[in-house]
Amino acid sequence: MLILSGVDYDAIRLSIKVAFAATLLSLPFGVAYAYVMTFFRFRGKVLLEVLVNLPLTLPPVVMGYLLLIGLGKEGWLAPLLETLGVRIIFTWKAAVLASALVGFPLLVRSIRLGMETIDARLIQASRTLGAGRLDTLFTIILPLSRGGIVAGSSLMFARSLGEFGATIIVAGNMPGVTQTIPLAIYDYAGSPGGDRAALSLCVVAIAISVLVLLAHEMLLRKLARRE
Amino acid sequence: MELRMELSKSFGGAFNLRTGFTVSGEQVGVFGVSGSGKSTLVSLIAGLDTPDAGEICLDGECFYSSRLGINLPPQKRRVSIVFQDACLFPHLSVEANLLYGHRRCAPQHRKIDPAALISVLKLDGLLGRGVNKLSGGEKQRVALGRAILTNPRLLLMDEPLSALDDSLKLQIIHYLKRVSEKFGIPYLFISHSLLEIRLMTDQVLAMAGGRVVGQTTPEELARERMGQSQVGYINVLQVEKLRKMGGLYVYRWGMEELFVSSGDEQGMAVFELSSRDIILFTKHPEAISARNLLKCTVVDTFPSGNKVGVELKCGHETLIAEVVVQAADDLAIQARNEVYAVIKASSFRRLG
Repeated sequence: MLILSGVDYDAIRLSIKVAFAATLLSLPFGVAYAYVMTFFRFRGKVLLEVLVNLPLTLPPVVMGYLLLIGLGKEGWLAPLLETLGVRIIFTWKAAVLASALVGFPLLVRSIRLGMETIDARLIQASRTLGAGRLDTLFTIILPLSRGGIVAGSSLMFARSLGEFGATIIVAGNMPGVTQTIPLAIYDYAGSPGGDRAALSLCVVAIAISVLVLLAHEMLLRKLARRE
Repeated sequence: MELRMELSKSFGGAFNLRTGFTVSGEQVGVFGVSGSGKSTLVSLIAGLDTPDAGEICLDGECFYSSRLGINLPPQKRRVSIVFQDACLFPHLSVEANLLYGHRRCAPQHRKIDPAALISVLKLDGLLGRGVNKLSGGEKQRVALGRAILTNPRLLLMDEPLSALDDSLKLQIIHYLKRVSEKFGIPYLFISHSLLEIRLMTDQVLAMAGGRVVGQTTPEELARERMGQSQVGYINVLQVEKLRKMGGLYVYRWGMEELFVSSGDEQGMAVFELSSRDIILFTKHPEAISARNLLKCTVVDTFPSGNKVGVELKCGHETLIAEVVVQAADDLAIQARNEVYAVIKASSFRRLG
């Protein structure tokens, strides 16, 4: 039997909201990055590749700390954020940024794989039929890499649901404000008598992840059938 | 159409393209073996690749000029390509594929009526289908229609028949020629098959090692290469079925009758016959197993590698045979001689 309090429901809602927002925020950048890396040659490409993939190997806490340095009160971007009247650190937006940063390599990997499997002559055919680069991107490349986009998005969504290290540093762990499912489980696990609640949230996390992965598989199968 | 190219393109070592030519005509072929630079030439003309230096000009307008700093992007050149394996967009229907370029065509160039072209290519019943459900021939017809509907100034056909069965090639050649002539689209037909070049073009650029090494007619090129070709000179015979006799099919070829083992029930047919499969006699041979014996007149002889080509007139039809130099000398084959051409019934290969 699941035991969930109001704060737990808040954590579940926030986790889903953060995962959605992080995925949506990253998607256009992910597509643009994958497009540039797949179809263009330029100096510094390898360096850019290393930088973007860094979150895969760095501890998420390091990513969170770097975000804190950049966006905090004394951070590099503090004057700009102050001018715009935007506060990010220790809000749910910080959790979105943390999830986006950590999940970005997973997103672009899948999209790139999707783009790399497109027959280059289809793109050439499109260009000689009168389509410019952007036209070709939207009418040929994106539709043909939709499998990669779906796969990347669902992986990123699932990764965001589980994001912990960077989030706790940059968004804190405030119940009802910035506390996501992993942070709530962390709280319960460290509190006496919190085992049952922690286990309940674990079950919820597993259920959401299974649903996301099932949806991912079904979408991919549907796309494969259509092709 | 007048195409002028003077360019170089280096690929860093093994292969470099360096060529200069001007060619005028509506049906021009580019012939060469694999790796001779034909496809690179196509990419450069279409703007899919950029030369290191030089000029590419069509009808006086330069697409690319390193001297003038011009390099038009592919979508501005109005040069379409029909690729080897059609390259249709797999996520679009036949109709959407056909109209892809047409919709992007500037209004002043949108002169070809899609309905008329669809009718010529016999694609009416296929418009709503996905392209993955089409046969090879249907795919190539859609690819041709898609390219023609952009009303290109030049159509590049890059080995468009290579992926097709022999039985389909003639059918597609018919469509390629008919559509190009009906809608007034000049083309550059690229192929490693001399037979295709002969059937599709009236002049040809021969390429080898990244250079244009000759500019001639397809017929001349075929005769020049006969001696070194493994298949010899391919005679194309248009015939009409008369009857079946003792397991063989009898066809009318001009004024002659031919016995063919690989015939079928269709009335009209096209067969190919290699110059290597014709044996010449200066006297009437007796008691031979070959089923075809034609009395012909030698019109001309020509050297080709270590062989001698013999142009024959058999009735009203022309046939090219080949003999080794020694045989030509021994038989004293020369123009106006009468000879007997012997051909086995199994030497004919169905083309269409």
